[in-house]
Amino acid sequence: MTALLDVAGLCRRFTVGQPGPIDRLRGRKAGVLHAVDGVDLRIGEGEVLGLVGESGCGKSTLARVVARLIDPSEGSIRFAGEDIAAIPARRFARHPMRRAIQMVFQDPTESLNPRWTAFDCIADPIRRMAPLPAAKLADRVRELADLVSLPEALLSRFPHQLSGGQKARVGIARAVALGPRLLVLDEPTSALDVSVQVVVLKLLDDLKRRLGMSYLFVTHDLEVVRLVCDRVAVMYLGRMAEVGSVEQIFRRPSHPYTRALLSAVPTGEPGVAPQRITLSGDPRSPIDPDPRVCRFLGRCPQGTDRCATEMPQLRPMAPGHAAACHLADAA
Amino acid sequence: MTVAIANPPLLAVEGLSVTFRTRAGDVKALERVSFAVGRGETIAIVGESGSGKSVTAQAVMGILDPAGRVAAGRIGFGGMDLLQASPRELADMRGRELAMIFQNPRGALNPIRTVGDQIADVLARHENLKGPAARARAMEMLALVKITDPKRRLDAYPFELSGGMCQRVMIALALSCRPALLIADEPTTGLDVTTQAAIMDLVGELGRSRGMATVLITHDLGLAAEHCGRIVVMHAGHVVEDAPAAAIFAGPRHPYTAKLLAATPRPGRRLDDLASIPGGQPDLRRADLPGCRFLDRCERAGDPCRATELLPVETPDAAGPRRVLCARPLPVAVAA
Amino acid sequence: MAGAADGIGAYARHLRHVVTENPVTGGAFALFVLLVLTAVLGPALVPYDPLQSNAAATLQAPSARHWFGTDQLGRDVFSRVVVATRLDMTIAFASVLLVFVTGTLTGVAAGHFGGWVDRVVGRVSDTIMAFPLFVLAMGIVAALGNTVGNIVLATAVVNFPLYVRVARAEANVRRDAGFVEAARISGNGEARVVLFHILPNTLPIMMVQVSLTLGYAILNAAGLSFIGLGVRPPTPEWGIMVADGANYIQSGEWWIALFPGLALMLAVFCFNLLGDGLRDLIDPRRRT
Repeated sequence: MTALLDVAGLCRRFTVGQPGPIDRLRGRKAGVLHAVDGVDLRIGEGEVLGLVGESGCGKSTLARVVARLIDPSEGSIRFAGEDIAAIPARRFARHPMRRAIQMVFQDPTESLNPRWTAFDCIADPIRRMAPLPAAKLADRVRELADLVSLPEALLSRFPHQLSGGQKARVGIARAVALGPRLLVLDEPTSALDVSVQVVVLKLLDDLKRRLGMSYLFVTHDLEVVRLVCDRVAVMYLGRMAEVGSVEQIFRRPSHPYTRALLSAVPTGEPGVAPQRITLSGDPRSPIDPDPRVCRFLGRCPQGTDRCATEMPQLRPMAPGHAAACHLADAA
Repeated sequence: MTVAIANPPLLAVEGLSVTFRTRAGDVKALERVSFAVGRGETIAIVGESGSGKSVTAQAVMGILDPAGRVAAGRIGFGGMDLLQASPRELADMRGRELAMIFQNPRGALNPIRTVGDQIADVLARHENLKGPAARARAMEMLALVKITDPKRRLDAYPFELSGGMCQRVMIALALSCRPALLIADEPTTGLDVTTQAAIMDLVGELGRSRGMATVLITHDLGLAAEHCGRIVVMHAGHVVEDAPAAAIFAGPRHPYTAKLLAATPRPGRRLDDLASIPGGQPDLRRADLPGCRFLDRCERAGDPCRATELLPVETPDAAGPRRVLCARPLPVAVAA
Repeated sequence: MAGAADGIGAYARHLRHVVTENPVTGGAFALFVLLVLTAVLGPALVPYDPLQSNAAATLQAPSARHWFGTDQLGRDVFSRVVVATRLDMTIAFASVLLVFVTGTLTGVAAGHFGGWVDRVVGRVSDTIMAFPLFVLAMGIVAALGNTVGNIVLATAVVNFPLYVRVARAEANVRRDAGFVEAARISGNGEARVVLFHILPNTLPIMMVQVSLTLGYAILNAAGLSFIGLGVRPPTPEWGIMVADGANYIQSGEWWIALFPGLALMLAVFCFNLLGDGLRDLIDPRRRT
């Protein structure tokens, strides 16, 4: 079965630190930040793939490249068979495929135009990509508000008059307005209270089934991953460290970073401290990294000579489970 | 009336009520908040946004927004009432005996001064250390909070450091004069889970080695459970439950605490097992706020709950003293 | 839209709220309305023809017949001050409208697109700012001629860098804001993103700019006229009147310069105080 989304060899580089004219005379060049470095990703129909990693690992950048808000430096993004990486982001806004991939943003306050009412925020994608006459538009917006359990009276309010949970729901209603096939969610619940988080996660779960969507769910909260995701991809400094089903990743983590990550999650039991794997040392710089050295070397509790001379690639550990580490054992 | 603790408490907040004057009315942000922290004890104040937990911390530190007025109460610390202290006395206390770390670490540091200079400032103010002596102590502090290569980092600016490192610097700043009490206001929100664990472990370790009391303010019950011995649960400006962490998890007595537990993800729980809390916080500007502010959201609400004033009830527990602000608290959990 | 009529009704309520809530804003609004009414209706209602000279009644102090006295040609100062309102207000509004539209659009484009647009706009701005602004205005009017149109143009040019700078900063801050990304993902091309998403958000700050510049524009026009580079006599204009009156202060005929000067002061005062009120009116965050 062909996957809905098939990303191969995706890279995104940024130039940083433009040297001044004097430094340039000395031969100094700008650095290249490898935000995303050779990532492969696959999401099937109706599947939820969690993308986890610490801040700075490139997951937000990857999400935005997949959602075609940014262009990749290299690589292909096949969506429903078509390579959408070839279409520049600036033109993608007006492309018919735009409606098939949508996004829910992290900060509901930031992602709603402060001068637009909730109604207008939800109506915008419809007006832009599938215009309807005014009366039908109003009906459709009301239908969407209903779908996300947003009281109709709130539609005429401005974002600053809505609570965090209500704003989050406006963002979701807007994202699903045109029935996308893939929804990219960038930390949709990290700015919300725990009770509101439950409401939003249940809503997302319900909508996924009702509207038949796949999710790319970016988060740093492993508990949320456990609740809503089918598969998990762990990123570290721009590269994929491990990929597998939720069960495989949580029960048999193979990459040392995944293990450290899981050990840091609070157990939730009072007074019970988990066996913590502390990572000491500073992370390597993502600017002009040595392509032969494993990104995790230096912080990793293990390490061999091979880790400094050969970049580990994703190797299968079990069917559907792969890890990029020389020292990981196949199951 | 506070919970009796074995030793005289280091910090005793009694009947604290705070009101904010806004354009749209008076917000009764805190009402009769009482809790105590013993020497070397670690407690958590847990609540959702709007519960008043940050306001409580600000009131203790004396850094309330100018629109906020303390309507009543007493904050006993080291033998004096912080609410009656003069600004000079408070300024002397802050940093030396009483310290606070904040939620957005990069935002809480001065962006145009080096990290070393900022620590030296605190040392100069409270311990009269200057020049090389201050610099040496600052470097010690950076090493204490496990920042690698402290000598070089002394001259770094906050924008050159990661979020986790900025938080460590803030901890170094807070601890540089060996305070007796540290208030940590959501210190790890926004940090990823490995950094969060490292920061919390660091705070715990430093607290234990220096006999320092810690008040952790958070919305995360799981985090509170792991690091704190006692949890104070707040809702809409009230302390609704004050109990040992183990007791709260084994058997919460306040319906809100129970609902909060039911909404918190934990290993082994599926999405269907979680339940959100119905309704929302009451509008704290209302003149007719009921005695129990959880009334409209509680399915156990009955006649005794509609009293205009509710007083906390002591419910001793095997694990330690506990209090609940409820007219019909949940039954005591039977030991398995 | 959720009921256009509702929208207008809500807006009117908000307007009333803003005006009544702060007495300073209320006062400024009242004064503004008075100024506009004077500009519109004044010329029809004045007791004397502002251009009509009367050799018999020169230099008369304020009296029941001539409320503000008469000037050296026997013209009624009151009528001239009132009639001048229209000209001065027109110059002020026209120049501010011109610079507001051009400056905001240019600034937002520079801040949003960056690159060569930003560089070109930056250099043009820098060039204008290199001159002492009033001197530049004088230069433009002197080169192009003493017409109302050129005064408007000169005032607009001189204020252009200010608007560009503010608009550019606002656009720059919002360039990667969440709602801008959301707009792109909702199918808005870059032009729409700039015009319908970013531009409306820069308006509240630009409104304060507008009110401050209105005051400056009037002063600029008056100043140019004062030194003879503005409107030509006998057209009544506050600046010219102050210039004329200045010759007579020493000999004791204070009213010729004072009343147009007071009018100038009131107008600038009103516009400055209006600034906050205008911003409150435009910014939805103030609406509850």
